Amino acid sequence: MKRHVFAAALALVPAAVLAQSNPVAQLEGEPYIHDPSTIVESDGKFYTFGTFGGGLVSSDGWTWKSGPVRPGGGVAPDVIKLGDRYFVAWAVGGGGMNGGHKSDVRIMWTKSLDPASKDFAFHEVGTVASSDGVELHDAIDPAFLLAEGRLWLSYGTYFGTIRMIELDPRTAERLPENQPVDVAIDMEATALLYRDGWYYLLGTHGTCCDGPNSTYNIRVGRARSPLGPYLDNFGVPLLKGGGKLVWGSNGRGMGAGHFGLVDLGDGVEKFSFHYEADMDRAGRSVLAILPLTWKNGWPVGQENLRPGTYEIQSERGGALQLAVDEVRLPFKWTGFGPPKEPLVPVPDQTLDQNRATWPAGPIPVDMGDYMVRPHQHWTIEPVAGAGGWFGAPYVRIVIAGTSRALAATPAGDVVAVPAFTGAPEQLWRIDQLADGAFRIIPKSTPDPFRPLALSAVGASTPRLVRFDPASDAGKWTFRRP
Amino acid sequence: MMHKARVLGAAFALLAASAVPVAARAAPPLAPHFTPATAGSVAPDADGFIRRWLLLEPIAKPNRTNQLFTSTYVRAAFAADRPAGLGTGSGQALPRDGQTIAHKGASLTWHALDATPWDVKLFGFAQAYGKPTYGVIFWAVTVIDAPRDIPDAHLAAGSNSASVWWLNGAETAALFGDRRMVMDDVVSPAVGLKKGRNVLVGAVINGPGLSDFCVRFVDGKGQPIRDLAVRAQ
Repeated sequence: MKRHVFAAALALVPAAVLAQSNPVAQLEGEPYIHDPSTIVESDGKFYTFGTFGGGLVSSDGWTWKSGPVRPGGGVAPDVIKLGDRYFVAWAVGGGGMNGGHKSDVRIMWTKSLDPASKDFAFHEVGTVASSDGVELHDAIDPAFLLAEGRLWLSYGTYFGTIRMIELDPRTAERLPENQPVDVAIDMEATALLYRDGWYYLLGTHGTCCDGPNSTYNIRVGRARSPLGPYLDNFGVPLLKGGGKLVWGSNGRGMGAGHFGLVDLGDGVEKFSFHYEADMDRAGRSVLAILPLTWKNGWPVGQENLRPGTYEIQSERGGALQLAVDEVRLPFKWTGFGPPKEPLVPVPDQTLDQNRATWPAGPIPVDMGDYMVRPHQHWTIEPVAGAGGWFGAPYVRIVIAGTSRALAATPAGDVVAVPAFTGAPEQLWRIDQLADGAFRIIPKSTPDPFRPLALSAVGASTPRLVRFDPASDAGKWTFRRP
Repeated sequence: MMHKARVLGAAFALLAASAVPVAARAAPPLAPHFTPATAGSVAPDADGFIRRWLLLEPIAKPNRTNQLFTSTYVRAAFAADRPAGLGTGSGQALPRDGQTIAHKGASLTWHALDATPWDVKLFGFAQAYGKPTYGVIFWAVTVIDAPRDIPDAHLAAGSNSASVWWLNGAETAALFGDRRMVMDDVVSPAVGLKKGRNVLVGAVINGPGLSDFCVRFVDGKGQPIRDLAVRAQ
């Protein structure tokens, strides 16, 4: 009941306004959830499930609403698709305090997560792990990983150890004779990744469930074997409390927990999680999605590109700019060597000086040597009501101090139109790639999963072509002037 | 999930529940967390962790949340609930294994134990003796004989939740807030170990958490100091 009252109150505030004022807790709709499961696609929509049943669904990873159905109640589920079936693991019992620490991790499957589908029907697999309520272990918070043809499940919480078991990748049943292995202590909400021969165990440290005072933060250790030993970047075993920070409180989001990998292909990785408290949403627990990059073999959470004015530099060399005639800076040449006159600063070129040569209509855009000139400076801001894609808002990109906006043409070129109108070809999404660079995608791209991206098809020629993660042509960096 | 649940209203109910005499329940065994300390001394383990301790059965100190463990609160709590007869300094008289004291109406016993794992699982200790496991203060004492003066010795401690550590009567390390245990969480300045007898006293406070701690001495490069003899008497 409380939740409904709040939702009604929130509806009075445009969600996009919230998004603009809070680049952290940026998703729109009703992103209220705790312990979100790994986001999976089913029937063309994206699903995540939370504690106590139910979950969220979205068609674009930006606007989320309630509606999914997960029977069984309990806490902190995870979901993985194996073949044509979605397997859901969740815990019944445990969680400490009134629930004690006697718990079962159970698994069920369905061929669709869409309650309206004829294939939506859950079938019980059974209990795959338990804690007896006496041992220093609490069998909750399961997390799947399919890697190298084998299916693993981590589970556990602060009450003792995190454990790993192996399941049958065809049925998700526990393998016969398989015994759990302790892999960490003092964490909860674990998740597993496999990359370049390393197994990564992620988990949450800190305090949950205390609103804006929650200290939840996501940590990671890695090992060559799924059974450990998992060490952090200081060599501290996760069995002795180690863990490298991946993400924590940021901006208006407090307490980050329950990591889930969102692999969007093309070298774009993001992570889903919940903030314990979105300060702009009355401190409610919300779903969040942010970029995930990799540095020296470790996952590093990133925030979305902050609104502001940037130089947009191609990895091929050359700054994105209006293709206009150069306006030289006035300068009196006095030769090299020590000055013979008092030193006087040379002022920056002003926008008015620079745009003396600009034509009135659309202006072609190219790349050139960065000279800190106004026609090379772009202001990037989220656009209210324009939506977004998997945690990244659609933005406008305009020449700083003007409304002249970067726009895609039907032929795949880019121009700067005289005024921003909000048309799809003038809206852009900026995806940070796993290597830390960015790609720039027009909202008008036909397929968001196989997008056309702004690319350096020549040393000074940008054009919209299918993004190739193996090439630097479509990779950009943003620098403050 | 709400597993950590260190702040929930439900926690209060649990605190009350865990304070109920557990005689009706079968107390979990002390093993696999501890064995009775043998006579004499033992060396720290291979990583330098000190496993031999005199542990006092927990003092009840209900707390709804660990978030209130500020330095002021923790120091005041430990001052108010310091066990009778626990002195200061390396020359202090130590509690004895099996010694029972009266504290605010409760009868509490000191136990000389060796931790089986690297950390001292206070929750398991309390559970095995049928004592409250949440909303508690634990006291721990050990004696460290150093073969020589070791001026570059640093005390490295981790605890769940807050704790304070006194070496030879001087506060040496303090961990405040809602702590989870991690090895070498707080490393003291070079407090040094003097040749011969050194007394280390610690206190750990927890609300709804899995109490434990780990303590070792490390050198200036963070390497464990192992050539020590640890006694509980």
